[in-house]
Amino acid sequence: MTELAQREVVEPLVASTVLPRTHARPDTAEVRRFTSGVRIGDLLALLGAAAAALALTTLISSQIAPMRGVLAFVVVAYALFLVVYAVLVSLDETGPVVRDRVIAVLVQSGAFLLVGTLASVLVYTVGRGFRSMLHLNMFTQDMTLAGPLDPLTRGGVMHAIVGTLIQISIALAITIPLGVTTALFLSEVPGRFARFVRTIVEAMTALPSIVAGLFILATFVLMLGFDKSGLAAGLAITVMMLPIMIRAADVVFRLVPHTLKEASLGLGAGQLRTVLHVVLPTSRSGLTTAIILATARGIGETSPVLLTAGFTASLNANPLSGPMVSLPLLTFQFVKSPQQTMVDRGFGAAVVLMGLVLVLFVLARVLGSQDVAKRAARRQRRRARAVRRQALTRRAAALVRRSAPADPDHSGSSHRSTSA
Amino acid sequence: MGLAIELDDAPAAEDRPRRIKLVRDTPDKIFRGVATGSGVVVLSIMLLVGVFLSVRAFQALKRAGLSFLTTRAWEPDAGHFGVAAVLTGTILIAFVAVLIAFPLSTATSLYITQYAPDRMRSLLVSVIDLMAAIPSVVYGLWGFFFLQAEVAPVAAWISRHFGWIPLFRVDGVQKDDPLPSMTVFTGSTLIAGLVVGMMITPVVTSIMREVFSQVPIGEREGAFALGATKWGVIRSVVLPFGKGGMIGGTMLGLGRALGETIAVYMIITPVFAVQPHILQSGAISVSSLIALHFAEASPFGLSALMAAGLTLFLLTLMINFAASSVVARSRSGASS
Repeated sequence: MTELAQREVVEPLVASTVLPRTHARPDTAEVRRFTSGVRIGDLLALLGAAAAALALTTLISSQIAPMRGVLAFVVVAYALFLVVYAVLVSLDETGPVVRDRVIAVLVQSGAFLLVGTLASVLVYTVGRGFRSMLHLNMFTQDMTLAGPLDPLTRGGVMHAIVGTLIQISIALAITIPLGVTTALFLSEVPGRFARFVRTIVEAMTALPSIVAGLFILATFVLMLGFDKSGLAAGLAITVMMLPIMIRAADVVFRLVPHTLKEASLGLGAGQLRTVLHVVLPTSRSGLTTAIILATARGIGETSPVLLTAGFTASLNANPLSGPMVSLPLLTFQFVKSPQQTMVDRGFGAAVVLMGLVLVLFVLARVLGSQDVAKRAARRQRRRARAVRRQALTRRAAALVRRSAPADPDHSGSSHRSTSA
Repeated sequence: MGLAIELDDAPAAEDRPRRIKLVRDTPDKIFRGVATGSGVVVLSIMLLVGVFLSVRAFQALKRAGLSFLTTRAWEPDAGHFGVAAVLTGTILIAFVAVLIAFPLSTATSLYITQYAPDRMRSLLVSVIDLMAAIPSVVYGLWGFFFLQAEVAPVAAWISRHFGWIPLFRVDGVQKDDPLPSMTVFTGSTLIAGLVVGMMITPVVTSIMREVFSQVPIGEREGAFALGATKWGVIRSVVLPFGKGGMIGGTMLGLGRALGETIAVYMIITPVFAVQPHILQSGAISVSSLIALHFAEASPFGLSALMAAGLTLFLLTLMINFAASSVVARSRSGASS
């Protein structure tokens, strides 16, 4: 009895493992399952809903209730599309899936609408401004000799371009040093006073730009008796830009890793040295981006300039006296004119302004993407490549030495093959 | 016994923590001095702006008294002026703008963080940043010359069918006029609000995107693992997490919308009355009031304008502080 029991216990241990019985394997190799969310049926539902919505809207607008304008047609078609799509999906899916699909459509069309709006703004402005941009005199002349009735071949916006550049230079000459040192103060000399300054600066970012213009108008122009001039406009832009710049730079400085700063201090460097050799180099790209984006904001600002710069038709490169017009201000004044050519010139100036902003923006992107880590990685790659190249040349040279008497061409091909 | 330590000859004086004295060398002192100095300069500029505005505004406020908040007209030299109309107009325009910007930026930021493929994502982020950098005068051009003509028929349609709602009523239009004149629908609060909405959308979107991208990946994947659809994940994880950022971002956008000048000024037909019919031609905002009147203002008129500007500034200030405190207090904002 015990012997039997023992055998029964032992036997399964001795026996080989038995695999569970599975269905016979299919002869064909396993096919990877398709896990991406898009199926033919989904696509068909989308297309079908779109077609149905278009057809229904056409029917409604032509037979039942006439609509005026493209926008109304699009809105109605979109609403119908959503309804039809929901119904189509609900034919073979459950409630949560239907909701998921409809929301996905809503979210994607929201993003599309935003991008479409941007495209519409850009295309419309460039399209209207294109006609005046074709004439070179747009960039080389001012409006001294051209009246509102003159064709586009006379007069231009050079005075506004020069004015914009002068005003933004004045603003930058003040904001960059003052803004960056203040941001350094906020992050490097913390304390109750720094917190107070930060609060005030943050509050001032809420200052409407026209109020900044009003301030300069009331103090600099009316109280101190200066002209409405490029300097006044530059100062107004400064008052507007300074809090933006300080805030952006402050954020950038706060992102500098504390470990880096502590390492520098631990090596015996003083605070100034740490700032110059650790904080500023680490945040260089972020700082550049902050400055450039603030510049883009300042360059396009109309309202402070409207109050402080005055308006002129002629070129004035002296910021200290006489009115000085800038691109946004010129656009604003010209498009109010009933004359078509003036409106065209205004659009042309807007395109030039947008071009400036675009250049600044791309610059910010390019410089902003060059952070320290990437630069270090690039340097390392370059060094590795150099080392590889050296090794290759050494090997090639050895090959050449060995095979030179036999076949002079061989060395070249072997070099290629090793390098490949 | 042998291992015990004799404590008899312990030092009489107890160990005290050494006093660490911070000695800065001259360059550091100079650096701190310069940095503090620029902080003082910036602070004094900012305070100068604030104090000067308040002082000049006070002249006007003293004369107008409480009626400053209730008067609609703007005739400062006759002593008859107030911000009732302009402030209502500003708030209405900003309200329309936020109504446009909130769903649009929620959708866009959700698309960027949850739906878009990687390459599309960085492209979209660039596009939206670019949109924030486009000058307001360009938006004004677009709104005045392009959008206005497109929106007016829609506004006409809305007013014809929903005119019984006071907000959508338009005076001076016969209900059954088959071809109503479009001029009563241009220069309205709605169109100004639409354009301003487009201008603040990128600002709001970038804040929301920042917040949505911080959603803990574990919670998202947990929801997916429990069988949630994408919308289920968004509703139960992403939106609750980002709620603070959504509210804060929208409020920051509201602050921007209140202060917007040029685009509004280009579009609206100025009218000094409380104009609650958002589809009807005629609107006003504080900043366009300033742009409209600064040129011919007397010294007293200027201080009246400053009073209006100060009111606007205080309003945006309150909204901005509320926004940043909402963002900071929320779960998503606390870490950033």
